[in-house]
Amino acid sequence: MTLTIATSLDEVLSAMANGARPIAGGTDLVVGARQGKVTLPADLVAIDRVTELATVATNDGTIRIGAGVTHADLLTNDIVVRQLTSIADAAALVGSPATRNVGTIGGNVMNGSPAMDTGAPLMVLGANAALTTPSGTREVALADLWTGPGQTSANADELCTALVLPQPPQSSGSAYVRLEYRRAMEIAVVGAAAAVTLDGDSISSVKVALTAVAPTIIEVDGLNSLVGSPANDKAFEAIAEAARQQARPISDLRASERYRRHTIGVMARRAAHAASVRASGQTIEVPVNRAFGIGENPENIR
Amino acid sequence: MSTNEQAVTLEVNRVSYAVQVPMGSNLSGVLRNTVGLTGTKEGCDDCECGACMVLLDGQPVNSCSYLAVQAQGRQITTVEGLADGDELHALQRNILEAGGVQCGFCTPGMLMSARALLDRTPNPTDDEIRIGLSGNLCRCTGYAKIIEAVRETAVQL
Repeated sequence: MTLTIATSLDEVLSAMANGARPIAGGTDLVVGARQGKVTLPADLVAIDRVTELATVATNDGTIRIGAGVTHADLLTNDIVVRQLTSIADAAALVGSPATRNVGTIGGNVMNGSPAMDTGAPLMVLGANAALTTPSGTREVALADLWTGPGQTSANADELCTALVLPQPPQSSGSAYVRLEYRRAMEIAVVGAAAAVTLDGDSISSVKVALTAVAPTIIEVDGLNSLVGSPANDKAFEAIAEAARQQARPISDLRASERYRRHTIGVMARRAAHAASVRASGQTIEVPVNRAFGIGENPENIR
Repeated sequence: MSTNEQAVTLEVNRVSYAVQVPMGSNLSGVLRNTVGLTGTKEGCDDCECGACMVLLDGQPVNSCSYLAVQAQGRQITTVEGLADGDELHALQRNILEAGGVQCGFCTPGMLMSARALLDRTPNPTDDEIRIGLSGNLCRCTGYAKIIEAVRETAVQL
């Protein structure tokens, strides 16, 4: 077994071409190995010191979040907080300060958990994963990347180098809300992200994605019928109903199927409401979960 | 040296330790059993409880779930690195005075999270203190006094 500490992308890619697997913060891989759920790969290449993976940049209408950007970095990045606010909502909820210091957005995406917090925000914001080998980079839509719990369509020699997103148009806002039983070291019981663009008071675009109610993060279909409708309680209830219908939750020790199906509607409604409020130019502090003290101020966000 | 071991140099509390580390070893185990600094505790071994918290380049990290070999080249700070010789760090004095140490098992991890918080945010609000300590569980549930100790330290420093 070997571990190579890489300082350049070329070093990482050539190690992976020779069979090494990447490790960033290790918050999924090492924990899984110590639980006996996974075996540590024979050869690892540490990518957490590759500075070219750790930047957020805008270029010609595109925002590129390096795969090595940590959750803590996402929370202090002005581009993310202002334009991709739902990703900041999600990053703020991941684990604890210690998890957020070493855990990365690329790791979250490539771990492929249906309960990952950054996945639904990335999906509603239209992100592609950039997958790189020594011979080049291809971009894959997240719906095509995630194939099942903990599974992706990426090849073993492909490194996720970035998440690539279109810059949201004016009058856009996004939000991520999750149901949680405690405020730290928690995994989403269910969660929902929404991205809304407004034309005056009416919806010109709306996307909603759901966390922990299917084998992967899923996007809610059929919301185009809401385009042109006012962004009001009626629209938010239609989104909640679509979320309840399209969710395919399981029962496990954390929640029953029935409870998840009910609460996914509540999360979708709150996310759509909060995204609409942000799209209208009002500020809701990050994360929405804390700002609204869900359950404490139901008049603020239902 | 077996092929599953790697020779690494770990910088712990500004001292270099040249050690042989089995590749899959976690940092907390190497700190306790190889380096011999047992202040860092192992509680859950599952990245949940924070008893193993150390600082890597000043940032809190769960050392139970961090590969020791991956810590090469980083400055590691453990609870043993808080005091200045026999002089306790203000956080240590205040947690004792506030009664924030009951069974004591969570204390090293709490202190390391609090140290990182105060380095970053010298005058934290109570909410910021709670978030800063949110990755640390106290089995005795003595949180109020621990938060009081951090608050008092912020006033003193």
